[in-house]
Amino acid sequence: MVLVALLLVPVIGGAVIGLGRWRPVVAWTAVGLNGVGLAGAVALAVRVVSSGPVDGAGGLLRADPLSAFMTVVIGAVALLSSWVGVRWNTEELARGRTTAGRATGYGILVQAFIATMLLAVLAANVGILWVGVEATTIVTTFLVGHRRTRGALEASWKYIMICSVGIALAFLGTVLVYLAAVHAGVPGGHALDWRALVAAAPRMDHGVVRLGFALIVLGYGTKVGLAPSHSWLPDAHSQAPAPVSALMSGVLLTVAFTAILRFKTVADAALGPAFPRALLVTMALLSLAVASSLLITQRDYKRMLAYSSIEHMGLLALGAAAGIPLAIAAVLLHILGHGLTKSVLFLSSGEILAVEGTSEIAGVRALLARRPALGGIFGVGLLALVGLPPFSLFTSELLMARAEFQVGLGWAAALAVGAMVVVFVAVAGHGRRMLLGVPDNPGAGPDGSTGEGTRLPVSATAPLVGGLVACAAIGVLAWPLAPLLRAAARVVSP
Amino acid sequence: MRAGSYDSVLALAVGAVLVCAVAALWLSSVRGVVRVLAAQGLALGLVALLLGLHVHDTALVATAGVVVGLKAVVIPTLLRRVAGETHSRETRPLVNVPASLVAAAALSLLAFSTTRDVVRLVPTGAGKLVPVGFATLLLGFFVLVARRKPVFQMVGLLLVDNAVALIAFLITAGVPFLIELGVSLDVLLGVVVLMVLASRLRADYGEVDLDALQELRD
Repeated sequence: MVLVALLLVPVIGGAVIGLGRWRPVVAWTAVGLNGVGLAGAVALAVRVVSSGPVDGAGGLLRADPLSAFMTVVIGAVALLSSWVGVRWNTEELARGRTTAGRATGYGILVQAFIATMLLAVLAANVGILWVGVEATTIVTTFLVGHRRTRGALEASWKYIMICSVGIALAFLGTVLVYLAAVHAGVPGGHALDWRALVAAAPRMDHGVVRLGFALIVLGYGTKVGLAPSHSWLPDAHSQAPAPVSALMSGVLLTVAFTAILRFKTVADAALGPAFPRALLVTMALLSLAVASSLLITQRDYKRMLAYSSIEHMGLLALGAAAGIPLAIAAVLLHILGHGLTKSVLFLSSGEILAVEGTSEIAGVRALLARRPALGGIFGVGLLALVGLPPFSLFTSELLMARAEFQVGLGWAAALAVGAMVVVFVAVAGHGRRMLLGVPDNPGAGPDGSTGEGTRLPVSATAPLVGGLVACAAIGVLAWPLAPLLRAAARVVSP
Repeated sequence: MRAGSYDSVLALAVGAVLVCAVAALWLSSVRGVVRVLAAQGLALGLVALLLGLHVHDTALVATAGVVVGLKAVVIPTLLRRVAGETHSRETRPLVNVPASLVAAAALSLLAFSTTRDVVRLVPTGAGKLVPVGFATLLLGFFVLVARRKPVFQMVGLLLVDNAVALIAFLITAGVPFLIELGVSLDVLLGVVVLMVLASRLRADYGEVDLDALQELRD
């Protein structure tokens, strides 16, 4: 019941927007509902930690510590994104770039997007998990193409094509694991049930599980944005409206990643850790190589953020490859920290795009002097992103590296650190060019405005600052999260 | 049905799915390809029906109905509407037809060699046909990458999808019905979304080749 209610919150939000049409009061109601959703997710997490997993919807839904943790991440990023989304749509309407009808459609789709992600993480059954992940692709395609420019249409076509192929492979992999489960004696009706799979894993056929897991990692890995099938990601994340990019980069990627984590538990039990580890390390290092090399020459700041997501997904895959509970806890902490930081960065990049009129790095100069609040948030976000303390990404990267050394993946961790240094230099360089310097004409933007009229209201800075503060807080005092992280890590690495 | 004739009818239906994929690789008119796709949907429905009757599984028989309705009727109709007015043909595929057919043969061999473990594990005679499903899958991929028109890419995606469904039927006699429904719904919605995108592309930019879409790159 609790789980269904949690799923229903964004559905109600979408219905409210659909019935009330896009108006500030309606949009703020939906934001309020997203706040309720976050509170519900936190309550669920507390309950799961204190008194064990919660079942729902006749056994189709289940919240174990891992799902509860992911609902909190989804809830947090959803709240940030829909909060800033109100301002984004209001601005677009004021500039005549969208209509009330399209803003309504946008609001409905965003709420549907949040609901499908919740479905994917709360699924007790790997079939439902698949349906949820595939549904996220369908609802987000129109959001990616929302601006209807040529670039946006191109990005949405590539996005749905590549991700549909990926998800078809993931389905095939799921069916193969189902076959292995049935063969291992699980009755057909339960052979997609996540707990039954884990229980039966040691008896499963090696050859079939190996093929199935490889297809699953490749397939869901497409949605995660892991190389070699990452090519849709920079296009989609740079073309989508900023609040949508925040949701996609901040949490959709990692929702797909938890699908890999779940199947990894099955594969580890069936095959032993060597094969899953080799597969994940390969894709992780490939992703890190692609991301770091393309970040150096990047000219567009939204694409820069997108490539940085590929880098962080690579780090997650490497952490998952290590696989011990310490590594998984660090991976989950990284998922939360990256979700908060990246969504704040995408949201502020949307603000920068709106006031500067360009997404070229070279087109933005001396932001810190001209728009201190916006430049400050963006700059601090970049510092958090490249892993400086006190932000939680620093903690989680350190813990992941330590775990990797413990299991003999020190060489891979060293390569990853090398890639992170390259990323640090590249991102810091791009950031310095955008933020620092002396304005040519103090206080004036390229459109001749003085910047006074476009000063960020508190309602716009509050969620951004809040996201960064939260990220720093969990970096400094991880204690409120520690029991949840420990329990969730035990789900993946029993 | 006697065991011998059941096996051969099933093999025939599965073979028809593969033949349709080869035909899709070979044809260059949109109408022809869509017709072939509908025929493939029918053959796929027949596979599900035969398996369902054989193991007395009503859910699988119902699935067969869903498959035929969706893949032989609804989706082809939608595709025809996208292709609609224009008599568009694939005039410049990235790989020409003779080379495509050679590739198809090579891909089929690959499919047979990679699926030994799966064939070994499936208890029923249907398992022997699994490599045909994988061959169809690889042909679908080939159509997807070798064609430039949006409609043909959609056809490639649907071939991949049909192949995955075929494999699922053959090795497990279908996943539970509820999941099957969810999957079918997702596929249908995906096609609708692609259709809308394709018509937006055409409305805004005329008849496009997808390799003309090169605005976004590094």
